[in-house]
Amino acid sequence: MPLEAKGISFRYGNCPWILKDFSLTVNRGEVVGISGHSGCGKSTLARILSGYEEPQLGTVTLDGKPLPRHGYNPVQLILQHPEKAVNPRWRMDKTINEGWVPDQEMLDAFGINDNWLKRWPNELSAGELQRFCVVRALSSQTSVLIADEMTTMLDALIQAQIWHVVTEIAKKRNLALIVISHEKHLIKRLCQRVIEM
Amino acid sequence: MKSANSLPIRTAKDTAHKNMLPKLSRRHRTLIVLALTTLLLLSIVTGSYILSDSGLSVNFEIKNQAPSMNNLFGTDWLGRDMFTRTVKGLSLSLGVGMMAALVSAVLALFLGICAATLGKTVDTAVTWLVDLFLGVPHLVIIILIAFSVGGGIRGVIIGVAVTHWPSLARVIRAEVMQLRSAEYVQVSRHLGKSRWWVATHHLLPHLISQFFVGLILLFPHAILHEAGISFLGFGLSPDTPAIGIILSEAMRYLSTGMWWLAFFPGVSLLIMVRAFDILGNNILLLLDPHKAHE
Repeated sequence: MPLEAKGISFRYGNCPWILKDFSLTVNRGEVVGISGHSGCGKSTLARILSGYEEPQLGTVTLDGKPLPRHGYNPVQLILQHPEKAVNPRWRMDKTINEGWVPDQEMLDAFGINDNWLKRWPNELSAGELQRFCVVRALSSQTSVLIADEMTTMLDALIQAQIWHVVTEIAKKRNLALIVISHEKHLIKRLCQRVIEM
Repeated sequence: MKSANSLPIRTAKDTAHKNMLPKLSRRHRTLIVLALTTLLLLSIVTGSYILSDSGLSVNFEIKNQAPSMNNLFGTDWLGRDMFTRTVKGLSLSLGVGMMAALVSAVLALFLGICAATLGKTVDTAVTWLVDLFLGVPHLVIIILIAFSVGGGIRGVIIGVAVTHWPSLARVIRAEVMQLRSAEYVQVSRHLGKSRWWVATHHLLPHLISQFFVGLILLFPHAILHEAGISFLGFGLSPDTPAIGIILSEAMRYLSTGMWWLAFFPGVSLLIMVRAFDILGNNILLLLDPHKAHE
């Protein structure tokens, strides 16, 4: 039941190719790290794997089928800047319930305080917002989670806390987890397999 | 030395003086302006209903009278009460301005959304139209349009509506384009939300505020242009008590020293236009999530 990228090539407009003939297979329950220097195409790869961008060449399939164009996407992407990924005009309870309704256990696991739910996004810190984004992406329909520099702007303590919960859930639900980061230590600690770009 | 000593004393005094006035937040100031504008609007509209038409009838016994307790704004060369004429004129201007601004804002919303969502050809066409209308002075086009559709209230409304949409349409087009590429909108699509759901829950709430601010800011423009072309003789017919007509008639009598003929109608028009302008700008700042908490 893998997420499979076959021979994907991508470039923006007429710029040089960012990805050329790139292939990747991630199985369920696997934690794969992708690392590389800035601008090598890590984020673009994440966007292609989760269906945010269409590659010019090649295909991305999940369980042998192309990613759905409509409806819930089982490949969920978590972005680097949580403050951009939430609607600034929505209170947090509306944001967190956008895709599914998480139970109290889930909220507690990520340390989401009940009184944060009634706040506006600009009243929460980046670390607090990112927990909402992670929970929002973790519905029962999700089978692959791609974390693109998910904890880069958070301090070590919160990083450790969030990763601990995410890996626990991934293990329990047999999710595939793709960790994109330029932090070698983080990737070495979390991942069974590392792809250098 | 002396000036250096006197400086801090003066500043201290100044701050003491400033503290006497309560410092109001923008939210409170906007509420006060909103209340005053509503009061002004209501008094003009109810005033024009309550005041009988007798003030508009010709009465040579009291012609050319300066402001007094009987005739607050004085009377004109036909003995008509200027207060009644001003209130009725403002009420008419309000109606015409409101209608023209509304038509214009709806046009802007429609064209702005079309330009941002219906592909490159539509976008180019709308942008070209925007440039065209922004490039030619409003008054010239309004006069042409009002003249070609036969003048009157209909001519003014069509003329003002057709010329005032471009700036709001441009704002809405840019807003939709920016929103479409916003990360939270893309995330929403991947959380299984339909295009319609995203449009109504993510896009529209942003646009509604822009729309209303645009509408409020269009309103004073519309009134001024209505008064402007009526003043020039291309707008409303001379027997209607519109502010533009009153002002243009008063021009002929200014040199005779009858200052009140132009002064009161002009000042009330100015107050109304400024009130809406301030209100629009304050709401604009309040609705911006980044500036709202200042």
